[in-house]
Amino acid sequence: METIEQLLQSVPLFSGLPQPELELIAGCGANVNFKEGELLFHDGDEANLFYVLRHGSVALETFVPTRGAVTIETLEAGEVVGWSWLFPPYRWHFDARALSLVRATIFDGACLRGKCEADPRLGYDVMSRFAQVVIERLQWTRQRLIDVYGYDRPS
Amino acid sequence: MTAQAELREAPGPMAPQPFRVTRVENELSDTWTLELEPVSGERLDPAPGQFTMLYAFGIGEVPISVSGDPGGPLVHTVRAVGAVTKAICASHPGDVLGVRGPFGNAWPVEASAGADIVVVAGGIGLAPLRPAVLALLGRRGEYGDVALLYGSRTPAEILYRAELQRLRGRFDLQVDVTVDSAEAGWQGKVGVVPKLVAGARFDSGSTIAFVCGPEIMMHFAARALLDRGVPAERIYCSMERNMRCGLGHCGHCQLGPTLICRDGPVYRYDEIKQLMGVHEL
Repeated sequence: METIEQLLQSVPLFSGLPQPELELIAGCGANVNFKEGELLFHDGDEANLFYVLRHGSVALETFVPTRGAVTIETLEAGEVVGWSWLFPPYRWHFDARALSLVRATIFDGACLRGKCEADPRLGYDVMSRFAQVVIERLQWTRQRLIDVYGYDRPS
Repeated sequence: MTAQAELREAPGPMAPQPFRVTRVENELSDTWTLELEPVSGERLDPAPGQFTMLYAFGIGEVPISVSGDPGGPLVHTVRAVGAVTKAICASHPGDVLGVRGPFGNAWPVEASAGADIVVVAGGIGLAPLRPAVLALLGRRGEYGDVALLYGSRTPAEILYRAELQRLRGRFDLQVDVTVDSAEAGWQGKVGVVPKLVAGARFDSGSTIAFVCGPEIMMHFAARALLDRGVPAERIYCSMERNMRCGLGHCGHCQLGPTLICRDGPVYRYDEIKQLMGVHEL
């Protein structure tokens, strides 16, 4: 079975990190499974963790009165779920639900924050990599704000 | 009949030929697929990517891409967005519509032999790509990896849903679908089409991409393909403007130095990317 360090090396978010940093991050991780429909985290709960998906897909959802649960984004194997652990007030803003069997590696965000504070080099690397994820998802959200299919042709 | 008389009798390219509607299928709340057969018995042989001018008698004429299987009957998928398209979509089997064409150029299906193929479609942009996908699958052995990536606004707006599900069952084709938003119960992906490009399996340097959808969607899809390393000259986009004559005479479909009905609608991205960014062009 792949070790957490090996897993991290294969994830775009962490690829290219120096070995000592990988070891530090891996030290905060553990493997977990979720059944279809299970929540990885819940809107409003304290956010002190994040996941790297190894298998399956996860929906970020929010509850809209009169509509029910609305999926905002789906994330697949190789992607990261959760960045609210990085910034105060450390609360989840959405639900994250397994759409299938999900195998993931869970990371203790509080543990990693502590390591980042103690080692600014690690802190910079982690922050810049998570910023990339945040920016990418911001760009996707902006594309969806445009409602690209709203300018559709007759055929 | 003398040659001169024959010439007088022959319908010119501006004369619509009567085609009888033989089948109508409601695809989405505002979209219908029509199958047409020529009243004269003279079938058209459009290439994937070409369009015809469809005429609702007494109402008007619109350019509509061909969406049928090459070699099969003439098929158009039409979204009811204006008076003419609404009239066309309200047709019933037995009704007669006018058809001119086919016009325009084609997707480079045969010229792409040996390459990996990525087909990226958004919304009703899947309709002009359907003949290309069917043609590619008809000669599947000539290509490497083939991916069909499709995005729509919601699950209810997925065009050709049953066909996409059937294609997804093939072992020689990647089919990936995403929507912009979904209610609970949707088990598929939610996100933008460029994200599908990032996750698709193809060898960037040996890939040819066919892209069709709203222009802004094609812009983002092309950028994602470039980010994956697909050269701009190997990305093809189908453009649309207000085509009227279909012959390059009237100038209504002018896009910079080109006329879409004559020089397009399929363009290489490196040829049109500057024009896509020009306001009100």
